[in-house]
Amino acid sequence: MIPFDFDYARSILPLLLEASLVTIAATVVSFAAALAGGLVLVLGMRAPFAAVRWPVWAVVQFIRSTPLLVQLYFLFFVLPGFGISLSPFVTGVAGMGIHYSCYIAEVYRAGLESVHKGQWEAATALNYRKSAAMVQIILPQAIPPIIPVLANYMIAMFKDTPILASITVIELMQTANIIASEKFLYVEPMTLVGLIFLAMSLVASACVRLLQGRLAR
Amino acid sequence: MSLIYEARWVFLEGILTTIKITIAASLLAFAMAFLAGLGRLSPFAPLRWLALVYIEVFRGVALLVQLFWMFFVLPFFGIVLDPIVTAVLALGLCNGAYGAEIVRGAIKSVPHGQSEAACALNYSRQQALWKILIPQAIPMMLPPFGNLAIELLKATALVSLITVHDLSFQALTLQQTTMRTIEPFTVVLAGYFLIAIVITGLFRLAERQTNARLGRGAR
Repeated sequence: MIPFDFDYARSILPLLLEASLVTIAATVVSFAAALAGGLVLVLGMRAPFAAVRWPVWAVVQFIRSTPLLVQLYFLFFVLPGFGISLSPFVTGVAGMGIHYSCYIAEVYRAGLESVHKGQWEAATALNYRKSAAMVQIILPQAIPPIIPVLANYMIAMFKDTPILASITVIELMQTANIIASEKFLYVEPMTLVGLIFLAMSLVASACVRLLQGRLAR
Repeated sequence: MSLIYEARWVFLEGILTTIKITIAASLLAFAMAFLAGLGRLSPFAPLRWLALVYIEVFRGVALLVQLFWMFFVLPFFGIVLDPIVTAVLALGLCNGAYGAEIVRGAIKSVPHGQSEAACALNYSRQQALWKILIPQAIPMMLPPFGNLAIELLKATALVSLITVHDLSFQALTLQQTTMRTIEPFTVVLAGYFLIAIVITGLFRLAERQTNARLGRGAR
């Protein structure tokens, strides 16, 4: 016998769908932050001075090998001590943005390095300035192959948003938790949250595959 | 800093729990990765579908949701698991699904001529798989498996949310009992970083060993 009450599930579904808007907002905003942060980091990692390159590299390694949850705790509990009090949502989005910008910087780097060195040489031979060569020759070749990779990171970030519940952001997971603890009925809200995540990730992955197919053409 | 010294046993207990869970969950993930990865390559269609459903479900649902589901929902079905067992199961099954794609990709990337040569030498499918394809695929699996192990280590922090006393849990406990914030969280972050360095080193070593055994020089 499965203790799953479909009527109850139907009654809480609107609440959960509403909360998933917060989840989506957190994903989109932190992804945008990570895209921008990744750019700063990749510039730092490719800087002409070793004094810039090494510290940036070390910070990226450190952030990449420590858990997002503890990084969020750090921001959430330590920043107010320095007089910076941000809302949980902003703290969470900033934390996720910083964490993933370290991954995205690597993606950018791989994209830039995948462009053949001869392209730079050809641009120099054609008397392009360095910045013009970057914008007109290198980036148009570096960006398309990394788009699906970036999209996959966005899906990964989407699946990390429940961690924001631990710093009191009321997103999908936290909403389900609140609903569940009200009547101590966990089966329906938790299962629905799982299904909502599954549905959204499957759709998103299908979109990425479609994108990949179009870009490969 | 004296706070850190006084709380050293608390941190140590947390580190040990985190390491134990990481090792147990990695072993489960490794087993599941091979089961599902080989399942996806099976000539038997239902097995392929089963593996695909497992991979898609466990990769598609957020890990924290899986943890909470196993922790809060399974008891309603009469299955009550110890929090640590729940943690190992969820982490192992979720990361196993990611690992399955690594196993499948590595085996498929062995040049096709190798299985043709095995066929020409009258190897059976099973023999070709275990004696020719997998030994050559393993060096290709190691770097992504190393990354996966780091991801798993980081994911163990989530088990603190289902009452397991791991490293992250201890940070929060100390934060609440001492009202200090910077020290406990910094030490805990450093702890995870150290474990990650050890894991990276172990995988480098394993890579060198397997490459040497296949007669490929250390790169």
